[in-house]
Amino acid sequence: MTDAPAPLGKDLIGLEGLTAEQIRTILDTAEPFKEISERRIKKVPVLRGKTIVNLFFEASTRTRISFEFAEKRLSADTVNISSSGSSVVKGETLVDTARNLEAMRIDMVVIRHGSSGAARFLSERIPSNVINAGDGWHEHPTQGLLDLLTIRDHAGRIEGLRVCIIGDILHSRVARSNIHGLLALGAEVGVCGPRTLLPPAPDELGVKVFTRVEEAIEWADALNVLRLQLERMQSGYVPSLREYNRIWGVTNARLEAAPKELLVLHPGPMNRGVEIDSDVADGPHSVILNQVTNGVAVRMAVLYLLAGGQPEKAEAAKQGAEG
Amino acid sequence: MSLKIVLKGGRVVDPSQDLDGVRDVLLADGVVTSIETKVSAPEDARVIDCSGLVVTPGLIDVHVHLREPGEEHKETIATGARAAAAGGFTAVCAMPNTDPPIDDPAAVGFVVAAGRAAGAARVYPVGCISAGRAGERLALVGEMVEAGAVAITDDGSPVMNSGLMRLALEYAQAFGIPVADHPEDLGLSAMGQMNEGVVSARLGLAGKPNASEDIHIVRDLLLAELTGGHIHLQHVSTRFGVEAIRQAKARGVRVTAEASPHHLILTHQAVDGYRTEAKMNPPLRTTDDVQAVRAAVTDGTLDTIATDHAPHHYDEKEAAFQDAPNGIVGLETALGLILTRIVAEGVIDLPTMVERMSCQPARAFNLPGGTLAAGSVADVTVFDPEARWTVNPTAFRSKSRNTPFAGWELVGRPKTTIVGGRVVWEG
Repeated sequence: MTDAPAPLGKDLIGLEGLTAEQIRTILDTAEPFKEISERRIKKVPVLRGKTIVNLFFEASTRTRISFEFAEKRLSADTVNISSSGSSVVKGETLVDTARNLEAMRIDMVVIRHGSSGAARFLSERIPSNVINAGDGWHEHPTQGLLDLLTIRDHAGRIEGLRVCIIGDILHSRVARSNIHGLLALGAEVGVCGPRTLLPPAPDELGVKVFTRVEEAIEWADALNVLRLQLERMQSGYVPSLREYNRIWGVTNARLEAAPKELLVLHPGPMNRGVEIDSDVADGPHSVILNQVTNGVAVRMAVLYLLAGGQPEKAEAAKQGAEG
Repeated sequence: MSLKIVLKGGRVVDPSQDLDGVRDVLLADGVVTSIETKVSAPEDARVIDCSGLVVTPGLIDVHVHLREPGEEHKETIATGARAAAAGGFTAVCAMPNTDPPIDDPAAVGFVVAAGRAAGAARVYPVGCISAGRAGERLALVGEMVEAGAVAITDDGSPVMNSGLMRLALEYAQAFGIPVADHPEDLGLSAMGQMNEGVVSARLGLAGKPNASEDIHIVRDLLLAELTGGHIHLQHVSTRFGVEAIRQAKARGVRVTAEASPHHLILTHQAVDGYRTEAKMNPPLRTTDDVQAVRAAVTDGTLDTIATDHAPHHYDEKEAAFQDAPNGIVGLETALGLILTRIVAEGVIDLPTMVERMSCQPARAFNLPGGTLAAGSVADVTVFDPEARWTVNPTAFRSKSRNTPFAGWELVGRPKTTIVGGRVVWEG
């Protein structure tokens, strides 16, 4: 088996534009990396000597820590910068932050930013590899990849599967990355939520639209339930969280009425009792914690590939490290 | 000392006198003295050979932002007036959304004085509709007109209060000036970064739907009809908006309206890749809208072409998309773009272009010029319709370089700009 894998290029900004082969390469490369996190000593020297900056302009716990674990388990040197307590709050522009980091000769930047396009903006201005850890409403590609990996782990395939994303699609970078990734791998994609929280022109994004969650559940093989941000209620997109739960909440009663067993994903953090009921989140359909575990492996794979690693050598690189 | 200029052998296009033919034009003492098949040049006249060139009444841009006072790092009245002259414009109307805003006679007087001192294109101040541009009560409209204001607008912001807009349209009638509005319902668009549609959905940027513009266009038309006032709608960008104006004109409503070169040429696809140089308000819209705006320039529903010249410092545009300001510079690209993409593509002919960029703006804003009739002010634009050139922002006279047209190959370029019988720019 010597098919040359498709290169990822310099950066990972989004899943839009990646080929099915590129996405499969990342998912396949994640497989051997899963095992590292199960070891007693969770460290291999794959990225030894690489310097990585985790540049987080927005609060994040799960994603930041997941990246940090991935980097550290691959032996990279990492620095975390968050917007509070940095020069960013002193009014430094994104360009200047980037140039200053570059001047310190770093190898990779993982960026989370509140503005759509910020990761691409950075990637066009510095020679380091840039990984988008979420930019505004645009994309969150590693989240999309870990969702794909989790679905593939549990359903055995992605092609032909029906996946419905439920909730605030309009403001969701997770939704966009999922839509692009799932469509590239041949899944059918639905979106479901109040019309106030669906993007304009959803048909042109290639997705099926449901306004009633019962219909979405009847159609789908897997649900990806998005967090409903409290501020969406404050700005009037939905009148109340209670009403949202009543009409769009993923509940056991609704899942039991479904014609088949569904997989339930959630990118976290969950609002229990709003978009998802506890008995679903903790129940047999849920693969939510598998997503978190897969997140570390997927991010290791992305770091490895962007650093120039060859997918077919991932296992060897890892083993060689032990020897 | 009298200045005399003979523009020799150019194709003179002046729709105000239904003239399109090779003529000599004699300018003396700041006015057009004669247009004849052959003018014998007085001994003390400067003769400018215009063979192969087009000679028109000076182009007038009724919508520019010159940023002074307050944002002189982007543009000043002097650099803006020079950029205008280099773009073939003999006069511009400066929007009042400066810091502080132009909302009283002293501020208007400042713009007049700075414009005169620049000695390039004429600079006409436009005053605010509302005091402080706060949208609450009328500014000193009468005193501003006495000081030289030629129109009022809160441009940069719409007038959200319909009651205030009504008062403005009524009050302005005493002074014979148009009330210009940037039509936008902020309730629908305040968060918006670009046109709402398939591109905004993909990029994850908040959109401004066409309806946000259409609602205010319709409102302004209704208020103009109610009051009998003259509404001037700025930078119309939507199919429905155009149609509403067309119908209002047919009903006899006193409405004039602008199209911007960028809304005639670019669509929201230009934003793809988060290109901040394509970020503007109203946003670039769909191909369907562009076609409608073009058709409206053809039939005169949109009677004026104006650039909405909006300079920004490069640092400000060098930012994440939602942090970048709206607007592009237009003075030094407008003529080339319109000739290359609108006239050459048959949307309008050359005389109609002169009508939209000179005659009608002069009429709508009651400005001198817009004609080369004998005795009128000697504001003249001479351009080479065949000159090929590449848009190079670093060569702009404007202080700012924010344009989505960098690198475009254009055909047609200003050659000589004459204001009050004096050559203010030669290419």
